[in-house]
Amino acid sequence: MDLGQINPILLLASLMVAATPILLAAIGEAVVEKSGVLNLGVEGMMITGAVVGFAIGVNTQTPALGFVAAAVAGAALSMLFGLLVLYLKSNQVATGLGLTLFGLGLSALIGKPYEGIKAPTMAKWDIPLLSDIPVLGPILFKHDPMVYVSLIIVAATWYVLTKTRAGLILRGVGENHDAAHALGYKVNRVRLIAIAFGGACAGLGGAYISLVRVPQWVEGMTAGAGWIALAIVVFASWRPWRVLLGAYLFGGITVLQLNLQAAGVALPVEVLAMSPYVVTILVLVGISFKGNHGAPGSLGRSFHATH
Amino acid sequence: MIRLEKRPQPSKLWATMTPVLAVIATMIAGGIMFWMLGKDPFEAIRTIFWDPLFHETFGPYSRPQLLVKAAPLILIAIGLSLGFRAGIWNIGAEGQYIMGAICGAAVGLAFYPSESILLFPAMVLAGAIGGWAWAMIPGFLKVKFGTNEILVSLMLVYVAENLLASVSQGLLKNPDGMGFPGSRNFRDFPAAYNTDIIEGTGMHWGVAAAFIAVILAYILLTRHMLGFQVRLAGEAPRAARFAGVNPTRLVLFCLGTSGALAGLAGLFEVSGPSGQVTIDFNSGYGFTAIIVAFLGRLHPVGILLAGLLMALTYIGGELAQLMLGLPGAAIQMFQGMLMFFLLAMDMLTHYRLRLKRPVAAQ
Repeated sequence: MDLGQINPILLLASLMVAATPILLAAIGEAVVEKSGVLNLGVEGMMITGAVVGFAIGVNTQTPALGFVAAAVAGAALSMLFGLLVLYLKSNQVATGLGLTLFGLGLSALIGKPYEGIKAPTMAKWDIPLLSDIPVLGPILFKHDPMVYVSLIIVAATWYVLTKTRAGLILRGVGENHDAAHALGYKVNRVRLIAIAFGGACAGLGGAYISLVRVPQWVEGMTAGAGWIALAIVVFASWRPWRVLLGAYLFGGITVLQLNLQAAGVALPVEVLAMSPYVVTILVLVGISFKGNHGAPGSLGRSFHATH
Repeated sequence: MIRLEKRPQPSKLWATMTPVLAVIATMIAGGIMFWMLGKDPFEAIRTIFWDPLFHETFGPYSRPQLLVKAAPLILIAIGLSLGFRAGIWNIGAEGQYIMGAICGAAVGLAFYPSESILLFPAMVLAGAIGGWAWAMIPGFLKVKFGTNEILVSLMLVYVAENLLASVSQGLLKNPDGMGFPGSRNFRDFPAAYNTDIIEGTGMHWGVAAAFIAVILAYILLTRHMLGFQVRLAGEAPRAARFAGVNPTRLVLFCLGTSGALAGLAGLFEVSGPSGQVTIDFNSGYGFTAIIVAFLGRLHPVGILLAGLLMALTYIGGELAQLMLGLPGAAIQMFQGMLMFFLLAMDMLTHYRLRLKRPVAAQ
């Protein structure tokens, strides 16, 4: 065992990379849940985004196009969920589970021909000047563009949710859909937009795994990332900045356990590999111990306008 | 414009009709998918749904497989359906299935090469306890701290998968296996082998357990107070509270039962059809059982039929892979589609479609 091999600067830099897929998926899901809809299909949308992003990225040799396609695919799949849940009034928990099972099958089907291919590399952005700062430079300012895009999405989500009228309406719909309906807001339309945003974000997150993090296509490669994103939304009490915190904490644990594996720590590989999931459970317990503050009032309830 | 009108009572007719309609719709949509994959849709559907049962060469081999594949699905889905009815969402059956298999197999392997007739019953018990204990983790956390059981039970699937990887290469590895991962094969260990009750029918002890579970669940839900409470808690949570239903007891009962049944399914699988503990002996039955539970309308008899149908898609899917070169993932997607169509058509049970008439201002 040689803990000295672990370079703290590289560790922190790879933390951001490890956290980005979960961050993207979680911020999208936070918006969906803020509008009062619980979409348990994050895993299915992520893996679909992963395979579609990878396929388009490989075929065009342009990772950026892959990301766009992944966002579209995630949103398209989420519309299926939206249609069922909002207009056909199906049970949200069951439909979300169905979406995950469907997405896993769909991605395996699309992905077969792409196994064993390497993804086109995505150029890193060395932000001039800032990336030359010692220590902070390599940690914060030498990443691929998607890391920054994910941070911009978090900031934009925070701004829209808390500072704009649109955000107020979205939160209102999530807190009390009957009152929002009585005020004349189109509950289902608002929710459909939120679901589409959540789907697009999950798609981006999935594509980040297959195009940047791994980078190749392996069946079932998201390995529960979508579920962890759902846990992070709970951890964050539905607040954007705390989603960021949660995702980076989680990214830190993931990277640390990988580094410990590489350094040959005297713990079995399986124990290290299961640690992110165990930590997620512990965090959930800690959060629920304090009571679930900030859960939107109408979360998970289906809305049927009688008048 | 079509308008939805909520029915005062869910329609009994549509509740039984929707699964049938969903299967038909899935066959049509699946046929289109197969056609897009460049296969003859009619031939593909026939290969999946007809040939495993009635083809003269494949039938005799496939028919026993139907019971082998349906048994774990039915066992798990029966357990899940109790919780789903009460609004308690155990979606980590896959993990409980793995833990049941590990615990049950460990008991068997510990007594190798015993010939005691008590060994197999002890393994069955250990399997049930393993699954039960694994499900008690989310159960305990839910009743004690109010932790979300959906996320915890699912996270535990990944923990169980890692444990499985660990024991199949370590603790339970076959000492005479020349270094290959995986435990001893139960086929060479008669006292611990889950054998066919009637030779050549595929009717092993797990199938018997599945039938017993269906019957017991039916009695529980229709004749027993606890079953009534499960239904009440799901359909009218407020009324349940006033009626003095103890939510803690209900959560622990539903999660514990579903865990124990999933554990049993795992043990019967690992000591029978699979034969040994390997890193990937589990084949996602814990997740497919969720579809089975819904397709069966969370009703024991429905689940029995749904389990058989879903087993048919597995066997037919393998046959189609072999005969037509249909990708295996197409079947997985086919099963996912079935779930979607079912949920979509479920609306007809709870709502009436009405053509919107222009109404005067109110």
